[in-house]
Amino acid sequence: MQRRYYRTRDKIYLQMSRFWVRPLAVTFVVGVVSGVVMEFQFGTNWAQYSKYVGDIFGAPLAAEGVLAFFLESAFIGVLVWGEKRVSPAIYRLSSLLVALGATLSAFWIIVANSWMQTPAGYQIVGGRAELTSFVEAVFNPSTLPRYLHTIDAAIITGSFFVLGISAWMLLRNRELEMARKSLRIGLIAAVIACLAQFGTGHYHTLQVASTQPEKFAAMEGLFQTERSASFMLFGQVEPENRIVRNQIAIPGLLSWLVTMDVNSEIRGLNSFPVNEWPPVKATFYTFHPMVILGILFFLLSLWGLVLLKKNTLYSSRWFLRLAMIAMPLPFIANELGWIAAEAGRQPWIVYRLLRTADAVSVNVPAAQVAASLVMFSVIALLLLGLWVFLIAREVKQAVAGDSSEKGVASI
Amino acid sequence: MTWLQITWFILVGVLLAGYTVLSGFDLGAGHLLYRFRNPEEREEILYNLKPIWGVNQVWLLTGGGALFAAFPRVYAGVFSGFYLALMLLLLALILRSVAIEIDHEIDSPGWTRSWEKAFLIASSLVCLLLGVAMGNLLVGLPLDENGYYTGTFLELLNVFALLTGIFAVCLLGLQGAGFIIATSRGTVQEKAYISAQRYWMASFVIFVLLSLYCLLFEPQVFVNYQAYPVIYLIPVLLVSCLIYYPAALKKSISYLPVLVSSLLLISLWGVLGASMFPALVPNTANPVTSLTLFNSSSSELTLKVMLILALCGLPLVFFYIAMIYRQFFARNAAQSTVNQNSAG
Repeated sequence: MQRRYYRTRDKIYLQMSRFWVRPLAVTFVVGVVSGVVMEFQFGTNWAQYSKYVGDIFGAPLAAEGVLAFFLESAFIGVLVWGEKRVSPAIYRLSSLLVALGATLSAFWIIVANSWMQTPAGYQIVGGRAELTSFVEAVFNPSTLPRYLHTIDAAIITGSFFVLGISAWMLLRNRELEMARKSLRIGLIAAVIACLAQFGTGHYHTLQVASTQPEKFAAMEGLFQTERSASFMLFGQVEPENRIVRNQIAIPGLLSWLVTMDVNSEIRGLNSFPVNEWPPVKATFYTFHPMVILGILFFLLSLWGLVLLKKNTLYSSRWFLRLAMIAMPLPFIANELGWIAAEAGRQPWIVYRLLRTADAVSVNVPAAQVAASLVMFSVIALLLLGLWVFLIAREVKQAVAGDSSEKGVASI
Repeated sequence: MTWLQITWFILVGVLLAGYTVLSGFDLGAGHLLYRFRNPEEREEILYNLKPIWGVNQVWLLTGGGALFAAFPRVYAGVFSGFYLALMLLLLALILRSVAIEIDHEIDSPGWTRSWEKAFLIASSLVCLLLGVAMGNLLVGLPLDENGYYTGTFLELLNVFALLTGIFAVCLLGLQGAGFIIATSRGTVQEKAYISAQRYWMASFVIFVLLSLYCLLFEPQVFVNYQAYPVIYLIPVLLVSCLIYYPAALKKSISYLPVLVSSLLLISLWGVLGASMFPALVPNTANPVTSLTLFNSSSSELTLKVMLILALCGLPLVFFYIAMIYRQFFARNAAQSTVNQNSAG
């Protein structure tokens, strides 16, 4: 979602900003549409949850609306439609304000999610959570690590999107000047963001290890509590047998990463009651591919940086092809990360306070829930298809349209 | 505590009123698209809606968020109780969001026409559903002891609620017509004048019918007025707007009709709030256990923190939304020389 954050910044060149605003506009609709569904579904499908946490959970959602979403939506209208209709000063401001709105918006949503993971600043009164400290609830233990990790992931996604499309233009010999400049900006952002992601990822993992140890154990596939736990790169997890087969692991590294001490003890899943285990496979098999993708992103952008230094970036067809192929991968990594985070929190909807099974709307018939789930799944798939189709079209059209006008000049 | 709860009751009302006033532009104009057969006319209307429909919809989202934060029991009870109706509403909101953004993505008249039609139907459906929901909430619903709605979807579609649904279509159509009058010229504007007149007539008739219905069958909605006669001022304002509207159409100020209909919508929310207070969802099964702003609210601290956030944020929101509307439309509204005779 916050890809916009990155993309809206490269408006150094008018043509470039016009070009990149189009995919932004299409993306925004999909974001709005899924946001509307989210806003409603807490009440429709999770009524027990809403009653239980409303005192705390509603506030960040409302704050997001008042303090962020208004700003973002108001100025995206200006950014997309206002170039010739509003004063130049406001038009120039709009991209900045959209970026600000999106970043703030992400913050409040992450606050809401993080509170479910690591609740803080509350007390239980009469069967519901009541706020005792707004600051503690907002800055609960996982807000900051999750926020940094998510925002950086968004920047990576945005920069790879720019990289991929610029690479495509270069391979097709279209709009070379714009493509080169975009590629360069995208690449530099990608290198920095990928490198930073190791830091935020590590920070986030440390927080999970200390605040949600069973999630951490499931992510790492650690069953036995042990000293000098090893860091696993690959493996096949078998929760029924409580082992990981065929693993490639670095002994002691996990313990060292968590505590800086090779011999420290890490709690394994066996030390938790089985009915409080998260679904191990869903957590394990999403976390590891995400980490591996993150490493690949870093290597790819590093390679690009080397090519840039050697002045062969724009002519290295192998790099450009790979950059194109890599374009959808950050989206996948984002989804994997979210699945790991959310599956890893199960069976709780609010960690150690409320079980997911107790959070649903008791008054809605199962058939209606099933029907609406199918309906929204179909809509989501259609929207995904439409989004890909339109982005591809936008890009082709913009390139074709521009090249007929001034393509010659830019070569 | 009490004053905080009352403040939030009013604030949720302000957000929802903001939604109907502003989104009334795009909902109503979307609904009225059937009056404009010519592609250029539709194009002109949609061109003016595109920059602003998105931010208009945020009022609804924020209103929902504020309801969640301030009155979680109401949010949980109403949203899960209205499950099918809300799924339908979501479907319509999604459809119109997609429709208005991509109607020109492909250069084909057929593509554009289909998406415009989708926008028309979805916008009309949203108006209708909002009206039905508000009608049901005004007279109350059967609730169980946990505050959950016990009826079915079809029971929501009773005569009274359907009438309020049509009332909402008429009022938002009026709002949309006012927006078109203020932002366009020529034949589009002329047609909008005619629509405004017709929708005013329909609104007037339905308003009388609804008032009679309430007098006869739902006397409880007048209780507050008898207790505090001073709040009669709100319905008086509403009726004055309704009566003054045709005169506003005849004036040569193109933004006057939309101002009057906005005031009309705001006073309607005032009337609703004054009638229902302190209930948010009157319980027809057992009025004593209605969901009220006293028994359904969040804790004092939450309400206080949220109020501070709202007081910081909302003035800013009002400011930049006003600025954006000025930027987009002030020039047109000032320049347009209205052909007011065509309205008569």
